[in-house]
Amino acid sequence: MEALLKDYLPILIFFGLAIGLVCAMLGGSYLVARQAPNSEKLSPFECGFAPFDDARGQFDVRFYLVAILFIIFDLEVAFLFPWAVALGDIGVFGFWSMMLFLGVLTVGFIYEWRKGALEWE
Amino acid sequence: MLADLLHFFTTHWLGQVLVILAQCLAVTVPLLVSVAYMTYVDRKVWASIQLRRGPNVVGPFGLLQPFADGLKLVLKETIVPSSANKVLFVLAPMITFITALVAWAVVPFDDGWVIADINVGILYLFAISSLGVYGIIIAGWASNSKYAFLGALRSAAQMVSYEVSIGFVLVCVLLCTGSLNLSKVVASQAGGFWHWYWLPLLPMFVIFFVSALAETNRTPFDLPMSEAELVAGFHTEYSSMTFGLFFLGEYANMILLSAMGAVLFLGGWHAPFDVAPFTWVPGVVWFALKIAFLLFIFSWTKGTLPRYRYDQLMRLGWKVFLPVSLFWVVVTAAMLQFGGWVPKG
Repeated sequence: MEALLKDYLPILIFFGLAIGLVCAMLGGSYLVARQAPNSEKLSPFECGFAPFDDARGQFDVRFYLVAILFIIFDLEVAFLFPWAVALGDIGVFGFWSMMLFLGVLTVGFIYEWRKGALEWE
Repeated sequence: MLADLLHFFTTHWLGQVLVILAQCLAVTVPLLVSVAYMTYVDRKVWASIQLRRGPNVVGPFGLLQPFADGLKLVLKETIVPSSANKVLFVLAPMITFITALVAWAVVPFDDGWVIADINVGILYLFAISSLGVYGIIIAGWASNSKYAFLGALRSAAQMVSYEVSIGFVLVCVLLCTGSLNLSKVVASQAGGFWHWYWLPLLPMFVIFFVSALAETNRTPFDLPMSEAELVAGFHTEYSSMTFGLFFLGEYANMILLSAMGAVLFLGGWHAPFDVAPFTWVPGVVWFALKIAFLLFIFSWTKGTLPRYRYDQLMRLGWKVFLPVSLFWVVVTAAMLQFGGWVPKG
């Protein structure tokens, strides 16, 4: 356990360094540059006229659909990672088990495709 | 005295932390310099493609141009729109830049030249590059501007779509190496360029590179910033160093994906021929040359190709790359399993 955690210590230190660097860059620029805000500068950009409502309105439901599909397939990939590494140890049985799982997923993928979940017209 | 110092740096906890900190800096500083010069090389390559001269005023051959640009950016006013969520607005570019930077902790530059030689290196890279989406979606939402919002939505959907195929590509490489450790991935490609994975996994290498273009929002997939429609996409409202961090993060990500390509498919630090004059060159030089080669193709595509339409982009990701890469995982696994080539763990 000790040794395992020690492997990850450099990543933690790198994180700390990155955070420090980012704060120094933003803070440094904020201090060095002349700050003279006014209401025109601080209004959201809208091609020359004042924005007439909040920008956070409705958006296309297909973005949600893409996010949901992404979760399914990303989980699948995460599931494939340990299998791919251990394929030498689990042999033919492990191979066919995963083929069965991928087969089920492919059926789901074909269903999505036929239902038009992947269309962007 | 020297023995004392050596003792301090190898056994005392503070000494070890200082050594790690120095290693991190030894990666960060050259990376930031490469990012600066990548912007210069980019512009020079586009200029050459269009028969122009590119930046040539600041310093000899315009070599100081990136520093002039950086200085100008630092000296600009930091604007936080009044209707924005202020904390999230400032946090977003920080997330983008930090994730682009810390991913380098597991990249092996040469045999043993890696900050954190963890045994799940590929998984770490995969996770960190997924986190990059947060910076963009937070930026778009926190800006409270229509262009930023639409740009962030497009960008996030595009990045997650292509991440799936990158995942399958990684699985193909994993099947061939049987290890998640990046140093072992490179070590398993020893002995000449015909042993590197680009040859047996050529379709996967192509998919990886095209997906890398989409992941970094580069032409022909730069829809999130298509200037004619969305001004500047998710960073429309950003100025000064907050914009600068997005810009640096984007280029650092590009270099990171090129490094991933070099590690996974182009044999990392290995020389293309395993004979005398080539093996004299240090591995880190070969690694840098491979990254530079991939980065040149990044610039080349930007100078050559027109922009995709959004439905074409989504079709390519979900209807072409996803089935092809899934199929190739099955083919690779079957070949290894029934050809008796599965690496024993």
